[in-house]
Amino acid sequence: MIREYTTTVEISGPLMLVGSVEGVSYEELVEIELPNGEIRHGKVLEIDSSMALVQLFEGSSGTDISRSKVRFLGKQVELGVSVEMLGRVFDGQGRPRAPFDTAPPIVPEKMVNINGAPINPYARDYPAEFIQTGFSSIDGINTLVRGQKLPIFSGSGLPHSIVAAQIARQARVRGSEENFAVVFAAMGITFEEADYFIRDFRSTGAMDRAVVFMNLADDPAIERISTPRMALTAAEYLAYEKDMHILVIMTDMTNYCDALREIAAARKEVPGRRGYPGYLYTDLASIYERAGRIKGRKGSITQIPILTMPEDDKTHPIPDLTGYITEGQLILSRELHKKDIYPPMDVMESLSRLKDKGIGEGKTRGDHADLFNQLMAAYSAGKDSRELAVILGAAALSPLDQKYLKFAEEYEKRYISQGNHENRNIEETLDLGWELLKLLPREEMKRIDPKRLEQYWPANGSKKTEGS
Amino acid sequence: MIKGTIDKIAGPLVVADGMKDARMYDLVYVSDYALIGEIIELKGARASIQVYEETGGLKPGDPVTATGEPLSVELGPGLLTAIYDGIQRSLDKIREEAGDWITRGITIRGLDHEKEWNFKPVATESMEVSGGEILGEVPETEVIVHKVMVPPGVKGEITWVVDEGMYNIDTVIAKVKETSGETRELCMYHNWPVRKPRPVAEKIAPEEPLLTGQRVIDAFFPLGKGGTACVPGPFGSGKTVIQHQLAKWADAEIVVYIGCGERGNEMTDVLQEFPELEDPKSGKPLILRTVLVANTSNMPVAAREASVYTGITIGEYFRDMGYSVALMADSTSRWAEAMREMSGRLEEMPGEEGYPAYLGTRIAEFYERAGNVKCIGGDRNGALTVVGAVSPAGGDLSDPVVQATLRVVKVFWSLDAKLAYSRHFPAIGWLDSYSLYTENLKEYYNRELGDEWVLMMKEAMALLQREANLQEIARLVGAESLSSEDQLILYTARSLREDFLHQNAFHDIDTYTSITKQKIMMEVIMHTNGEMEKALHAGVSPRELFTLPLREEINRMRYIHEDDISDISAIKEHVTMQINGLIEKEQTA
Ligand SMILES: Nc1ncnc2c1ncn2[C@@H]1O[C@H](COP(=O)(O)OP(=O)(O)OP(=O)(O)O)[C@@H](O)[C@H]1O
Ligand SMILES: [Mg+2]
Repeated sequence: MIREYTTTVEISGPLMLVGSVEGVSYEELVEIELPNGEIRHGKVLEIDSSMALVQLFEGSSGTDISRSKVRFLGKQVELGVSVEMLGRVFDGQGRPRAPFDTAPPIVPEKMVNINGAPINPYARDYPAEFIQTGFSSIDGINTLVRGQKLPIFSGSGLPHSIVAAQIARQARVRGSEENFAVVFAAMGITFEEADYFIRDFRSTGAMDRAVVFMNLADDPAIERISTPRMALTAAEYLAYEKDMHILVIMTDMTNYCDALREIAAARKEVPGRRGYPGYLYTDLASIYERAGRIKGRKGSITQIPILTMPEDDKTHPIPDLTGYITEGQLILSRELHKKDIYPPMDVMESLSRLKDKGIGEGKTRGDHADLFNQLMAAYSAGKDSRELAVILGAAALSPLDQKYLKFAEEYEKRYISQGNHENRNIEETLDLGWELLKLLPREEMKRIDPKRLEQYWPANGSKKTEGS
Repeated sequence: MIKGTIDKIAGPLVVADGMKDARMYDLVYVSDYALIGEIIELKGARASIQVYEETGGLKPGDPVTATGEPLSVELGPGLLTAIYDGIQRSLDKIREEAGDWITRGITIRGLDHEKEWNFKPVATESMEVSGGEILGEVPETEVIVHKVMVPPGVKGEITWVVDEGMYNIDTVIAKVKETSGETRELCMYHNWPVRKPRPVAEKIAPEEPLLTGQRVIDAFFPLGKGGTACVPGPFGSGKTVIQHQLAKWADAEIVVYIGCGERGNEMTDVLQEFPELEDPKSGKPLILRTVLVANTSNMPVAAREASVYTGITIGEYFRDMGYSVALMADSTSRWAEAMREMSGRLEEMPGEEGYPAYLGTRIAEFYERAGNVKCIGGDRNGALTVVGAVSPAGGDLSDPVVQATLRVVKVFWSLDAKLAYSRHFPAIGWLDSYSLYTENLKEYYNRELGDEWVLMMKEAMALLQREANLQEIARLVGAESLSSEDQLILYTARSLREDFLHQNAFHDIDTYTSITKQKIMMEVIMHTNGEMEKALHAGVSPRELFTLPLREEINRMRYIHEDDISDISAIKEHVTMQINGLIEKEQTA
């Protein structure tokens, strides 16, 4: 049932108020035909008797109170899904996105409401499979597991896009050549950034198993509200109906939140912190909680949302609320970036909360947990020595502090830092950890089980044994 | 039944017209989907309804039916081991019915009405009874006997009681002739409105600690049985791990765990772990004494608001049986946010940070439902202990929810981001946290652990406080230039932090420490301190003393099994021996 009205009463910002409507339902999809024949889209945000408040995805410029035709389409915002989505680039509303994609629209297998439904907590399976990203700073220290949501907290000018593209390229569950695909949602990023991803995906062949949804900086801001939901709907279809393991990368969540703030401001809602709506937590959760594993289903959804922290401030509402929902966070450090360390991963502040379930014998290697603890302790001591050296001068450090200082330097240069096409497997990462620890006296290995230590670093004859 | 129609829809809020005779907090069914909702505001014939399910697709003119009953839970056998959403629908049943995603319009009752339970009567004919009186017993799980009680408000003489046997919860098991002359048929369950506290005979101040097996809590900031506590902290500081630890190890008989607006995976974690983990007291799986309420962050926000009430009503019900109940709510901030969202949609006058002006009242009312009590209907005491996590924006404790909570709770476990960052867990800051129960519990501790315990704790805390001051100085001048007494303070405080306060929740043994073991551990540390003091007086050099290979041994105490506690006392002797060695050397020199 399609009903058409020309009874628009008011247009303000991205909102349109339509009067005298009948039978309009909450969240219904709306089509607006402008006087010049152009078609815009929106959805119903609120209905009060015969007044419908419509949120315009493409903004209100060019709309017109008396001559715009408003049609209510009798359904909610949907995405047509099919395996043909793989290899394609869509806009924020699910249409092929020129110039990246000029092929005709896909023939959907079915239409799916993009809001999804909450996963029953009873149906969830706990994420526990190790994903190898090829980054030592992630695999060795802040291990990612299948079904986890682990955001990257970045800052403007930091190389989060390059890191994300590299993860997309390299991420694998070891020993399985299972169905794997990347769903990429871009919200308000620049053409260059988007182009970087697409070209990277194309040149490495990753594009064949990628689905891209793209809303660029000069695309309508309000469309960003549906872009991640489009992407996750595609991901859920591929994961739970086509048994694929999906990595969803969403960038930049800050732009998404700003679009949400714009709507809230237009509705004159009582603003929360920094003008963001009070329901930002709930709204973000409706995106992030779509990651996971489900009992009895083969596929999975792993999420890496990326956000730039305004003024590098972790307590800003966007990183703050994200951190309250996700299962840890990877934090990029401006300080390391300045030192030319790529990826500039702040391993101390980053944390993967699910790592414990994904590492160890049969998953990575038996020595992983001890090694991780020892590396963290040593790096932390090394950073302390570095601070001390700044105050007292390097010469005043004790010989042990000197060694720790050296360790911290080498750890950053050789362990954290790696090439942007360097894909280290977990054994290489773990062995490198041992190699670096050997810069320190063996007695300092207090976090490592003595038997383990003997195996990887025998007391007599300090020749390195192959870890197996 | 009052029938009206929808006039307005805004997110989880629906306004219906034609609801003149409806009452506040009445349960309503909305639209042909029969979505469950609750009236939260009445203005003439217009009722504002918070809807517990997604409202997409609703339209003006859709029917609304008020049931005339408030939102209630079913209380009876079958609560234990259940996992409910915010309005007491079993998530496992929802999954059976709807699949892996929660769809709309599913009606599921809180209890299984078919399952038969072995009911053994306790009450007898012609007994005069009133609310709370025990009618009979049902072995609900291997560890918990469910006491079937006369519902509060019923009063009269028992005219008939069923024989022992297997019955479902709808079967009449007793008849009571009420004072009014009417006969009430009672079965094994009754309904109770979630927003109404269940009555008690009398509240008593907590006099026993709720032992948690968490050293920093039991030793320094203990919680009384029937008391209240809050755990505020920024993300990642360990709120959930602490709540899980309490749910696992607290010496309560019943645990109610409310996942309020938090992660789905955390509930899965509990669901997978609790059937495996053994209760240190009964040796039986923890799940047998547990009720879970899970309304995760992506589930409807109004049902999240209800979830804390659903949980606490279930808690009160077990308390009424005479059990000690511990209730964990993670996180009360999400509950407050749900209130804020509804209040915003109602266009109420906002208070601080957009929260409704009644935020403080609601929080106070919630924690008021905790208590150590004399139960109604018989001579027995029960306790309901409530621990709420708070997730302040930006980790800032000036947050309205934190402030409103601190005004009512008696224990404050302050999670310190710096401690969490340096991986000192549990990150409960010893300088800021407090427990107002220490005085009440002194008698218990003196009786159970001897007078020295409380004194030893005071001494240890004093050392930790001195350390905080000394660290500043040490940073400026170097620890070496401090007096040897001050160096010893730093040494012992460090040992207290690293060998006692720090506790790894994920280590098989370290995860739980009995109070007896805690005492011995503390004795070793303080004994070492005492011996070292002697040695310093005898002229032993601090450097020699502090480099004795003692710390490693002391640090390993936490990994010693509860059954081998005597090994810890051996450490004490070993310490004495080594330090005496140094003293003798000094004296012979
Ligand atoms: N007692 C502990 N022992 C060991 N590790 C701990 C302990 N407490 C917390 N952690 C570590 O800290 C991480 C975060 O803890 P937790 O999930 O409890 O934080 P939270 O305060 O609930 O955060 P949020 O507000 O985001 O839910 C855990 O995943 C774990 O790695
Ligand atoms: Mg938590």
